[in-house]
Amino acid sequence: MTRKILRINMTDLTATYEDIPEKWAKWAGRGLTSAIVFDEVDPTCHPLGPNNKLVIAPGWVSGTPAAPSNGRTSFGGKSPLTGTIKESNSGGLSSQKIAKLGIAAIIIEGQPKDGKWYYLFINKDGVKFEDASDLLGKGMEEVDRIMWERYDHKPAVIGIGPVGEILAANAGISVNDPENNPGRYAGRGGLGAVMGARHVKAIVVDDKGGPGVEIKDMALFKKGRKKLTNAILAHDLTKPGGGLNAYGTDVLMNIINEAGGLPTRNFSSGQFEGAAKISGEMIAEMVEKRKAGMTGHACHPGCVIQCSNIYPGPDGSIIASPIEYETAFALGANCGIDDLDFVAMMTKECNDLGLDTIEMGNTIAVAMDGGLLEFGDKEGALALFDEIRNNTPLGRILANGVEATAQMFGVHRVPTVKGQSMPAYEPRAIKGIGFTYATSTMGADHTSGYTIAPEIAGVGGKVDPMTYEGKADLSLAFQATTAFIDSSGYCLFIAFPILDIAEGFEGMVESVAGVMGWDLKAEDVVELGKEVLKMERLFNERAGFTNLDDRLPEFMRYEPLPPHNVVWDVPDEELDKVYAWVHED
Amino acid sequence: MQVEVRVFATLRQYLPDLGIGEAKVMDVPEGTTFAQLRDMLGLPADEVKIIMRNGIHVEPDDVVQDGDRIAFIPAVAGG
Repeated sequence: MTRKILRINMTDLTATYEDIPEKWAKWAGRGLTSAIVFDEVDPTCHPLGPNNKLVIAPGWVSGTPAAPSNGRTSFGGKSPLTGTIKESNSGGLSSQKIAKLGIAAIIIEGQPKDGKWYYLFINKDGVKFEDASDLLGKGMEEVDRIMWERYDHKPAVIGIGPVGEILAANAGISVNDPENNPGRYAGRGGLGAVMGARHVKAIVVDDKGGPGVEIKDMALFKKGRKKLTNAILAHDLTKPGGGLNAYGTDVLMNIINEAGGLPTRNFSSGQFEGAAKISGEMIAEMVEKRKAGMTGHACHPGCVIQCSNIYPGPDGSIIASPIEYETAFALGANCGIDDLDFVAMMTKECNDLGLDTIEMGNTIAVAMDGGLLEFGDKEGALALFDEIRNNTPLGRILANGVEATAQMFGVHRVPTVKGQSMPAYEPRAIKGIGFTYATSTMGADHTSGYTIAPEIAGVGGKVDPMTYEGKADLSLAFQATTAFIDSSGYCLFIAFPILDIAEGFEGMVESVAGVMGWDLKAEDVVELGKEVLKMERLFNERAGFTNLDDRLPEFMRYEPLPPHNVVWDVPDEELDKVYAWVHED
Repeated sequence: MQVEVRVFATLRQYLPDLGIGEAKVMDVPEGTTFAQLRDMLGLPADEVKIIMRNGIHVEPDDVVQDGDRIAFIPAVAGG
């Protein structure tokens, strides 16, 4: 069966299944969310107003049989945090289930005339609009639990916590994992507030009896799937028992610290003396010592990398899932906190309230810099979540992220680009990632062009992190390839093995080509990715962004970063090279 | 001359007495290369992906200097 667009109009409370127009026919995942936002959302609209839309799309291979790690969902719209186009990408149960219902994308538009809140139940028979008034104010742990009690077949639950209801700029969208924990997040950019502005508290997706995903060329798909799986299972990083499987993404904590690129105490140092205590090795040790929780956890069915974890408390009860490197950096090192149990407790609060952990940790760090708390005050940091839960004025400021908080507390050290705060790699010490932060269509975002692979990890080549020569091209190559992978439904982490193993890269391309019935070559990947980037870039231009917005914060130019004592010394002209092609082609 | 060495992630199994992030302080002869130091420690060459000295990448054939803070790192990435 042909994929359909499911358009949900919250003004009329109607749902229609539309044929995919030709202009969108080739896209899925991020390519499709960005194409729809580009075509249907006025770039000058207010992100929280009636004219923004939330678009949800599985990727090309999502829901196909045994394609490895294919469970990523793209969420798109205009971001309340950045004012740019946004694609935020999550694991969890949603992608495969939406795809198996034959749905290419869900577009949610309009706002209920009666001001009521709804949740949506979507299955093979269509869409039901259900009264959500009994769910209002509830955290995502409870919402997920209620939905699994209310519905059979362990459905996907996409939802927003209380901060999404108050339309806070740091509201993420939660997706439940196979254990029905709310830890998988389309966290970045405040899309939870876009969902909240449509008065949709949750979307429950049951794929039972759905038509499944059409595969045009099964032989080619199977050939590609096998090559890709073999590459993932062979690479030292992604194989069973390898770095990601054994320690999770937080395997990076000690390494980036060693490289002097771990943002610490609101981006005032690149090294944290407590890094080992919040590292992936420590997570694994706690799981072993406390005989509870787990490493090697799969965030969605069919993942062969399994880099997630479930973190246990001292008494063996579960605190939170997952503790990622980004989480441990933001809520740990960047706040001067070296206690993994507190990092986990704050992660639990973020996952329940509906907050992006990166933005939240950085927000606390900025507030600490502004004198609200001392760096390292873990009890004080944890107590701030009560302010958010109780919806106090301070809580509302914090829930709106780093820039709002920095302004309230008179802080000049504001580590943001286009309104979104930086992830766990210091651009003064690792220049290439600074190119990505500065120029990404998403604001400061590591996943949109992960130059860390060659700059630090020696994956996909080796380049010097301290120099900027060639980094514009490097960042663009990563941004374009990423836009393709984000459209595929594959987890971005397949990039690591396929950058090193050519046959794996071929396999990814062939598996996508098999699903879509295309004649696709490896060299087409960057070109298709650039088409996605161009739509996003043009949307941002029409929203009023120029190359002057592609800059890192000023303090990084004059505050040397220990231990290497380096500043951001990249000429602006170098940054402008990354997207110069948009108006040249 | 004296150096301090750290190993991380999957390489920790070869120096099991070291705590997480803990340094092994060693005396090594002048002229020792990082490859020789790696072999002295019993770290398999094919499992060492990156070597850092004072936070900067070095090559296996580079020579260790007195006072170096050295890290042997396996395949890592993520985010």
